[in-house]
Amino acid sequence: MVQAKAHAIALAKSPPPHLRHEGEHCVLTGDWTLLALKPRLIMLRARLLFHGRSVKVWDLSQVSRMDTFGALLLWRAWGLREPETLVLSPALHPAFERVRGVAATPVETAHVDWLKPVVLLGKQFIGAFEQLIGFACMLGMVSIEAARLFVEPRSIPMKEFSAALYKTGVQAMPISALVGFLIGVVLSYLSALQLRNFGADALIINILGIGIIRELGPVLVSILVAGRSGSAITAQLGVMRVTEEIDALAAMGVSIHQRLIWPKVLAMAIAMPLLVLWTSTAALIGGMLAAQVQLEIDWRFFAMSLPHVVPVQNLYIGFAKGGVFGVAIALIACHFGLRIKPNTESLSRNTTAAVVTAITAVILLDAVFAMLTRGIGVPLR
Amino acid sequence: MNANAVSGPVIELRDVCTRLGTQWIHQNIDLRVERGDLLALVGGSGAGKTTLLREMIGLQQPTLGEVLLFGEPLQAGHRAERFARLRRMGVLFQQGALYSALTLYDNIAFPLREFGGLLEEEIRALVLSKMALVELKPQHAKLMPAQLSGGMVKRAALARALALEPELLLLDEPTAGLDPERSAGFVRLIRELHASLGLTVVFVTHDLETLSSLANRIAVLAEHRILAIGALEEIQASKHPFIQKFFHYRTTVDEQAADS
Repeated sequence: MVQAKAHAIALAKSPPPHLRHEGEHCVLTGDWTLLALKPRLIMLRARLLFHGRSVKVWDLSQVSRMDTFGALLLWRAWGLREPETLVLSPALHPAFERVRGVAATPVETAHVDWLKPVVLLGKQFIGAFEQLIGFACMLGMVSIEAARLFVEPRSIPMKEFSAALYKTGVQAMPISALVGFLIGVVLSYLSALQLRNFGADALIINILGIGIIRELGPVLVSILVAGRSGSAITAQLGVMRVTEEIDALAAMGVSIHQRLIWPKVLAMAIAMPLLVLWTSTAALIGGMLAAQVQLEIDWRFFAMSLPHVVPVQNLYIGFAKGGVFGVAIALIACHFGLRIKPNTESLSRNTTAAVVTAITAVILLDAVFAMLTRGIGVPLR
Repeated sequence: MNANAVSGPVIELRDVCTRLGTQWIHQNIDLRVERGDLLALVGGSGAGKTTLLREMIGLQQPTLGEVLLFGEPLQAGHRAERFARLRRMGVLFQQGALYSALTLYDNIAFPLREFGGLLEEEIRALVLSKMALVELKPQHAKLMPAQLSGGMVKRAALARALALEPELLLLDEPTAGLDPERSAGFVRLIRELHASLGLTVVFVTHDLETLSSLANRIAVLAEHRILAIGALEEIQASKHPFIQKFFHYRTTVDEQAADS
């Protein structure tokens, strides 16, 4: 122990590495360690390359310290074998011992696999198929849980539900109102410029009314919520997987579909139509103000004539869209959350995938809605 | 680097006080770790051992007092100087803290690549030598951290900590979560490295076995301060009730088992 300590102290007071070439032999001095070598690496590498194989006698007895890197540098310079005469203090033996075996291992050459594109394509397909099956399984489990909770309402996880409602609904209110209001202002302002050219000022109410209530409100909220709550749900489930909380729930005989997924889906189904109403209102108020300023349409007139020009079915369609989009976002976020493997890469990939898939799904569903409801709520003259 | 930096203690804590929230964790801790020490930090759960270790690394700032690493204050100097100082130290975190997105090989190669100036073949040889040092087989190189067993994670993390040939090694619970045989092997490995590489080692442990077989100095951390510091025999001779309880706990358990 005392010896090791003296050794350690001696090591700390060492000069920088140096190579001296004297006729037929090379003398190395100083500290041949990674940190000490770094500043002089380029010079020393060049000199070692020059002398490495030609000089036969190497005196390392004055080297104060040598680590694996120092030994490796010399070993490679010597061409992976000992020079003819090597003067070595016993303290340096271990460093060379460690290098001897590994320095010769060849770097693996990556061989070209021509089938790789086919394999990758196949993997993509199988992956997509597995995703679908996983999603269907989860949907089934959630449906079964919903049915079970309908029969025994006592085991409804009310706390989780109310927490999810608060997080996805109430906390999204300020940002969705702000975004809705600004979009309403912009939309109204831009439409007003065009409508004025045709003298069709009053049509601004029709355009904003139907556009916002039926289309823009639900889609805008869905995209906001997909980015906000969708990613939060995925990341939360993912971290619960990493910290084995999901396994702990399962081990206690608690269904994760009942405790974690079902409350989130239901909360989104309820919160989303309300958020749609809230955001559409904010957007209409924004539009109303812009119309007042730009087209001098009195806001009272705007508010009074809105019910006459926009059939009430549009509001129902907006609610329905909100609910369906909300359920889709929650299910997709949960699906990707449960697929997360315990590593950072998987966490980020699945969170991204959840948000992108949720937004894509919302837009696809919106197209489906547009087709199914094309005869409803559009006043034809 | 001044002369003081070379000959002085590797780590020096001066009057370190730490407050977390409203609670004082450490009060006026003075500690010197000399070159070649194998210092164990022991103490009950929540005594602030890991906090103290984190303060040595600079991950956490003490509320009051000063931490000197290699004779220089931890936060002294420019960015490059601070980072160079940290490179002289290897840290083994409790859970290994391997980068989960990288393979075992890339984890060990990471500090070497960050260090710069090395050829890819040299990095490869160094990584393989480090893997051999901690008894990991070359065929494990391509595995991801999630696929490794607890013992392998520890050894891989140790290999990574040793990648830049540090002078100082900090270990947080090096043998926690290992079976007795692996734990003994790990202790032997660190002892060998200590002897052959001239390392200074500071480690936190709960395990009396690790403590008695690895440490040559022990610092007992309790009641917000360092109660005692010295060799195992000196510590065991102490009459302080906490130390008495800590070191004789195992024997009392054995006696109880024998009685029943």
